[in-house]
Amino acid sequence: MPFPDDPRIDPGLLAEREVERLPPGLFEWRIAEVIQIASSSRGRANPGQSPRVRWQDEIITQEIQPGARVLDLGCGDGQLLERLQRERQVRGQGVEIDADAVLAATLRGVPVFQADLGEGLSRFPDGSFDVVVLEETLQTLAKPRLMLGEMLRVGRRGIVSFPNFAHWRVVVNLVAHGRMPVTERLPYPWYDSDNIHPFTLQDLLDWVEASGVRIVSGHSFSEGSVRILRPEDNLHAEEVLVVVERK
Amino acid sequence: MNVEPASALRTRDPPPAIPDENPLNPLETAASVGLTQAKTIRLVSAESHLNLELGGRLGPIDVEYETYGVLSERKDNVVFVAHALSGDAHAAGWDRDALGAGRTWRTHKPGWWDAVIGPGKAIDTERFFVICPNVLGSCYGTTGPSSIDPATGTPYGLRFPKVTIGDWAALHARLLDTLGIERLYAVVGGSVGGQQALEMALRFPERIERAIIMAAGARLSAQGLSFNAVGRTCILGDAHFAHGDYYGKELPAAGLASARMLAHITYLSDEGMQQKFGRRLEAGTLAPSDGFGVEFAVEGYLAHQGRAFVERFDANSYLYLTRAMDYYDASVWGDGELTKACQRIQSRVLVVSFDSDWLCPPDSGRDLALALIESGKKVTYANVSARFGHDSFLLEPESVTALVNGFLSH
Repeated sequence: MPFPDDPRIDPGLLAEREVERLPPGLFEWRIAEVIQIASSSRGRANPGQSPRVRWQDEIITQEIQPGARVLDLGCGDGQLLERLQRERQVRGQGVEIDADAVLAATLRGVPVFQADLGEGLSRFPDGSFDVVVLEETLQTLAKPRLMLGEMLRVGRRGIVSFPNFAHWRVVVNLVAHGRMPVTERLPYPWYDSDNIHPFTLQDLLDWVEASGVRIVSGHSFSEGSVRILRPEDNLHAEEVLVVVERK
Repeated sequence: MNVEPASALRTRDPPPAIPDENPLNPLETAASVGLTQAKTIRLVSAESHLNLELGGRLGPIDVEYETYGVLSERKDNVVFVAHALSGDAHAAGWDRDALGAGRTWRTHKPGWWDAVIGPGKAIDTERFFVICPNVLGSCYGTTGPSSIDPATGTPYGLRFPKVTIGDWAALHARLLDTLGIERLYAVVGGSVGGQQALEMALRFPERIERAIIMAAGARLSAQGLSFNAVGRTCILGDAHFAHGDYYGKELPAAGLASARMLAHITYLSDEGMQQKFGRRLEAGTLAPSDGFGVEFAVEGYLAHQGRAFVERFDANSYLYLTRAMDYYDASVWGDGELTKACQRIQSRVLVVSFDSDWLCPPDSGRDLALALIESGKKVTYANVSARFGHDSFLLEPESVTALVNGFLSH
């Protein structure tokens, strides 16, 4: 269902994502937009900037039951958990590597454990959370498969959102120019990007298939709209969010 | 017990100018709780005694404490500050009795955490009622080995019973009872004060709403035990120690000063000392023919720290308090398992370690935080980047003020 008609979502929250009709010649700008979404890291605190509501936060808030225990891996400045604590009365815990983000989360009243996710979650007990969130984090980790396994060991359910690197604009750009785009809006070349493990919707579906996991629900973001995820969205989804659990 | 609100003591007089005596003392004193006056309260009467954790008993017991800010009508705004090994109840402001009480060093220095406690500061005395008591076994007004033993009429010396951090917590809970304070909004401490904060959260889970534990873990490592052992050896080996009965005679000054010099190195960091002193020379030039006196600036600094400590601290107290620190192991609350112990805790917890701390390295704080996670608790853990090692919470307070303030505001 296209986002503006979805009665569950307040359209005002997503207005800034709405895509204008692009004049010819600004194709690069649109690519930059896609890549910026793809590269947005929650670890980088932006003090002084107004908080930007992510569409993923909106969906996650709907997916989470009141009072749930929620672990947010790579929680950044704690915006999502603050909202979940306020609107869903969750018992939230964040994990974040960046010191400024840890401080920002603390200022929001979000408990956050400063740690490198690369070191694993071995001290987090099995099933100690109802939901474990990996929002725009998985592609930044050195061992994504390990973290996916940890997510479903520690949590009953996992929520994974990620930039889909099979989106047609990314594919076209890569084919047309033969290199990862660098623009004014996205100043990070490949060697400075946090995204060390780019992957696609199809890649995730393959992992789901191979890992005894089932998708509970899924959403995609494309052209400024959020819709229910379809398996054939691989080329069309700019960003993807899935809720998974063990079969 | 008549509790005088600290606001009555607060004046807006400008504090006296501070001579730059301590090169590692950037304490900000612009906004201050003003002049302070310690109170002493007899918590255990001469006819009674306190049963101590290690089997000893002690009475009478006095406790010296200071308070800042105003206790709310519902008594729900109390922040308990636990001091470190050589600390005292004078956590903030300027001691109006400094000269009268013979604590002359306080005339040119505000309380030890003045940068953090005060109006508008991280622990805001406009909002919170802050209480900081001196610990049992210390030499700053609370009963300790330098106090008079009523049985003999002379100072206890080594006849003082061994005390633990658990004893400190139990005694300070009596103080809170006496003041009619049921629950603490927060308990905050660094180093051995952090251990006391942890102990209070474990011992009185229903009384503690928040705990801030800095530069401390659930127990001291072998390296930490070693540093304390060397310090005590310096004191015990001093010719003037006289089995602890040196009061009124020559003090074991050299031993206590050496202990302090060593300890001071463990409180700082290689980077911090390099930055402050490097290989700078005290007199601008080496003096190889002048024997083995002070030649490097860092030697002069440590010698100064040693001398200053002898003027303000009791060698026996040093023995007792380092032992209390050694003995502390929070896992006893869980039959040896820290995770099980942490299940007791009901407070929200902030654990802070400093990346340059080699006395209580980041691992010890992280391990405590992980035990809390493992026990199903929510916890905030921050490994703060700071130059001055273990003492960063004192020497670089700006590295923790935002965290402390943020944590206390929720």
